[in-house]
Amino acid sequence: MDAVMDAVSVRAALAAEWVKIRTLRSTAVALLLGVVLSAGLAYLLGLSFSANLSSMAREQTEPADLLFATFYSLTLGQLPLVVFAVLAVGGEYASGTIHASLTAMPRRGAFYGGKMLAVALTVLGVAVVTVPAVFFAAQAGLGRYGMSPDADGVPQALIGSCLYLTLICVFAAGVTAMLRGPALSLGILLPVFFLGSQGLGNVPQVKAVAQYLPDQAGMVIMHLTGPPGDPHFGRPYGPWAGMGILALWAAAALIGGYLTLRRRDA
Amino acid sequence: MLRCRPILRRLRPGRRVDFRGRQSGTFGDCAGPAPVPSVIRVIDIQNLSKRYGDTVAVDGLSFTVRPGRVTGFLGPNGAGKSTTMRMALGLDHPTGGRVLIDGRFYRELSCPLRRVGAMLEARDVHPGRSAYGHLLWLARSNRIPAARVREVLELVGLEKAARRRVRGFSLGMTQRLGIAAALLGDPPVLLLDEPVNGLDPEGVRWIRNLMRGLAAEGRTVFVSSHLMGEMALTADHLVVIGRGRLLADTSTREFVEANSRSHVRIRTPEPERMRRALAAAGVRVRQAADGTLEAHGTEAARVGELAAAGGLTVHEIGTETASLEEAFMRLTGESAEHRAAAPDTGDGTDRRAARPRSGERRAGRR
Repeated sequence: MDAVMDAVSVRAALAAEWVKIRTLRSTAVALLLGVVLSAGLAYLLGLSFSANLSSMAREQTEPADLLFATFYSLTLGQLPLVVFAVLAVGGEYASGTIHASLTAMPRRGAFYGGKMLAVALTVLGVAVVTVPAVFFAAQAGLGRYGMSPDADGVPQALIGSCLYLTLICVFAAGVTAMLRGPALSLGILLPVFFLGSQGLGNVPQVKAVAQYLPDQAGMVIMHLTGPPGDPHFGRPYGPWAGMGILALWAAAALIGGYLTLRRRDA
Repeated sequence: MLRCRPILRRLRPGRRVDFRGRQSGTFGDCAGPAPVPSVIRVIDIQNLSKRYGDTVAVDGLSFTVRPGRVTGFLGPNGAGKSTTMRMALGLDHPTGGRVLIDGRFYRELSCPLRRVGAMLEARDVHPGRSAYGHLLWLARSNRIPAARVREVLELVGLEKAARRRVRGFSLGMTQRLGIAAALLGDPPVLLLDEPVNGLDPEGVRWIRNLMRGLAAEGRTVFVSSHLMGEMALTADHLVVIGRGRLLADTSTREFVEANSRSHVRIRTPEPERMRRALAAAGVRVRQAADGTLEAHGTEAARVGELAAAGGLTVHEIGTETASLEEAFMRLTGESAEHRAAAPDTGDGTDRRAARPRSGERRAGRR
């Protein structure tokens, strides 16, 4: 009975949270920025790669990693989406709306479930637009080096990118729920998980640990952590295992956020 | 039974509902077991406590808020009023005790906005959202039709500002939006925390009339304030707390009668003879520091008659009533968290707080 009632109130909470998301201007700004930044950068990177490839074509011993060239823009393009996720959760605390939310939705699990679902579905919706846009923009830039959507590894990277963006935003939302505010969350998430780990994941001394950071693990499927099998950049796990590691991070952050919300006074 | 259906009939200002609180379709179709009639619309606070580390914010508080009247929740700042209200709404977890509304915990109400309307901090609204957007998500969360959003916006006079972002709202407009949110679900129980704070006199009167109207419709109106004077005008019943403890739970009239101690002040060149004449008539008299007399338990007319009978010269006879604020300060004084050190006037009363005319508070009451 309780479970059924919770399912009903999760649906109402999801509807409410969707209204919250679409009634803020910052949502449109962040999401649009995410799409435009990712696709625009993908085109420019494609152009740049294409130029390099034609000048180096004769000395090139290995085939260039075109997947890397295609999806590299997402390392930057993901940031507005992460900011959106952080604001969707952290804005509640910063503005005090959390009091109204918990008064209207006193079952904290239902409120939390509705909120996280709304964030995840919104990001998934944006990802489903962004990722193909990124792919085709990059191929346009790559010109004659461009790949077709059914080339080796491409379908898995396309699906992986959508999953990656969704999971990384859920992870960010969960962390924000644990930290109960946007400022600290952005202050930790952006430098440590997104900007820092890019370098950290490839520094030999810390790579052993840093390669398991959420974005590092999730990016393997897009070849963004370096060519697979490379002794320097290679990972001891495959692309789907990497996605699994990211999913575990997201799940842990979700649970941590829920426990924080349940235990603490609003 | 498991889901709340749309509101069938909506209350308009002035429409009366069954005073007994019978749930005739308007509110009764939210999920959960039906409460027994004796607890409908009743806020029952039972032995409630809240401790933050070593600080005790609420200390074994027990009282009951009943329907059909405005119950004022009074106490100095920091007395634990807001903490009590937050615990009633399940926002804060009590250290001990519990609060039941309709005989149930708040968190057990499946569409709580349709049972209980609350305004805690009116500023708790995202500044980037419009008034309409804010009310719309609240409505969606409790399956309240969007048409109701328009209704409450009109009710509080915000229909023109509905699409404007809350960032640009004045304090008064924000307060009105908070009231609109509280009324959104047409709830039979209302909890309002300091609703008149920062409002202009017109806004204060508007909220006062609104609350009295809602109570007259048979609703339970529980409103906190640190202003005794405002509550004396608005509330039918008073619950006074200090340092988290219950100090008084009484009707406003009883409180006023018990606490507005009035006396007759007499200025006379013959204080000794006057004193004897009054004492002979059984009137309790004391001499104030400035040489005037205070006669207790009598009226100005009787003092005048006694003076005439004794052939005494009297320069002034007047009734003085200690203000309600003073009574409130006296009641909460011992429990005030931070009390300003006041110089002792010597005669036991603070003359500045005494009012020269009685009945002023009462006169303004209706």
